[in-house]
Amino acid sequence: MEKLVNDFSFGLFFWQIIIFVLLLILLRKYAWKPILNAVNEREEGIKNALDSAEKAKLEMQNLQADNEKLLQEARAEREVMMKEAREIKAKMISDAKEEAKAEADKTIAQAQAAIESEKKSAIAELKQQVAELSLEIAEKVVKHELSDKDKQLKLVDEMLGDAKLN
Amino acid sequence: MYFCTDFKDTVICSKMQRKTLVRILSVLLFIGSFSAVAQDHGMDVKEIAPGKEGNKTKKEEIKEFINHHLLDSHSFNLFGSTDEETGETHHYGFPLPVIIWDEGLHTFMSSEFGHGDEIVESNGKYYALHHEKIYRTDAQGTLNYDAEHGDHPTNVRPLDFSITKSVVMMLVVGLLLIWLFRSLAKSYAKNGSLPKGIGRFFEPIVLYIRDDIAIANIGEHKYKKYLPFLLTIFFFIWFLNMFGLTPLGVNVTGNIAVTTALAIIVFLITTFTGTKDYWKHIFDPLGSGMPWAGKILIYIILVPIEILGLFIKPFALLIRLYANMTAGHVVLMSLIGLIFIFKSWIGGPLSFGLSFAISLIELLVALLQAYIFTMLAALYFGFASETHAEHEAHEGEIQHL
Repeated sequence: MEKLVNDFSFGLFFWQIIIFVLLLILLRKYAWKPILNAVNEREEGIKNALDSAEKAKLEMQNLQADNEKLLQEARAEREVMMKEAREIKAKMISDAKEEAKAEADKTIAQAQAAIESEKKSAIAELKQQVAELSLEIAEKVVKHELSDKDKQLKLVDEMLGDAKLN
Repeated sequence: MYFCTDFKDTVICSKMQRKTLVRILSVLLFIGSFSAVAQDHGMDVKEIAPGKEGNKTKKEEIKEFINHHLLDSHSFNLFGSTDEETGETHHYGFPLPVIIWDEGLHTFMSSEFGHGDEIVESNGKYYALHHEKIYRTDAQGTLNYDAEHGDHPTNVRPLDFSITKSVVMMLVVGLLLIWLFRSLAKSYAKNGSLPKGIGRFFEPIVLYIRDDIAIANIGEHKYKKYLPFLLTIFFFIWFLNMFGLTPLGVNVTGNIAVTTALAIIVFLITTFTGTKDYWKHIFDPLGSGMPWAGKILIYIILVPIEILGLFIKPFALLIRLYANMTAGHVVLMSLIGLIFIFKSWIGGPLSFGLSFAISLIELLVALLQAYIFTMLAALYFGFASETHAEHEAHEGEIQHL
């Protein structure tokens, strides 16, 4: 202990305090403050960057979800439209079919009517011609009979043969 | 500085930080070993120059050399050599100014003491140097001894404000620190808040002190006030310790006056930044947990212990640093001294190997002591700045200390 006390140099103690306090003040002002501020700034910067990255990621996710929703909606809409289109198509086809059928029925009916009337007129004409022919034959027969019995008979035969062709 | 310019690519550089650390350590180790060799050399000179004081044994001589090495010095000796023919010792170095307050200011250069054996006359007063201490004496240079003081003269010792070797080293370290950290601070501005050069090595240390010493011990809210002090004291002690291991071998942190000054600063900061809760903890540690009648009995013992603790804490700081650094130097020097005692092919290399190993340990101790001093200072500041709310949270941590 005595040695320690003897070794204690007041001058060195004095200089140590002066130098250390001076060093502390100088370093604090010119070194530690700028260094710590810069480091803090950098750390803040990193933190902010991470935060904004996280935010961007979230936004991205939201956007993706939105996109997905839009896509789904579009798909549903397309589905509906397709269905409607299919219905319209079916309806159009069936309408057209019905119309065509009606038209065809009508045409057939007209044709049948025309045939009927043609037939009727043909029958009427035939009747008239048969009547005229019969009259003519009867007239000729009568005339021939009047001239020759054999001839008349022959004629009747001939006539009949002709009439068959007719 | 060299370790970062080696790698042009800064990205690689940051990845190489581990490698860089290893490199720095190996350089430091080299310096350490160099110091051992250099100190060897110093011994050698003494050893072949028994000249003046004649018949001292080698052991005494080594002991004296070690004691001399541990002391502060008024001149800066780099090395000495002995003229083989005349037996005279020449010292190479430079003198330092001596400033004495002895009923007036006396200033002269330390070279006027010669090699410590001449009397200096200044303004009508005479001074002599004895074991690196200045004593007032008469024209003949008489030094009085008595039985009570043993080896120390009883002559008056004037107040000595000399710029000694230690003061020079402190100034050098101070300037080095200012230059180093000023350049680190500037490199942030230039380099987009990234450190450059040697700052890459020191920035993690600064951050470690901030995060694991200051914030861990003082707390998130108040650490900013103490951080500049903690950083300064850490690097100051560390650098001085490291310089103590260089061939210059200046044992600054192993000087009781230096450690006392540092401990007193810590004590003053602790005392003047103490919160109400801190003082309450000292004078009324139990608080309202007990009736006053019971408290008085306990406080008769407890309060004096707490008050004593105020002074013991910084005292432990100063003794720890002083003793560790001094012990390291003594061990190192003794091992080197063994070389000259053994003086054999086995003893020499063995002692050298041992002193080399101790040098490596001393490098670790240099860092460790700086860390411990800073850590404990932070802990004391943490106690002092504690408020009640934080106190509860800290309780668990303090208990296991």
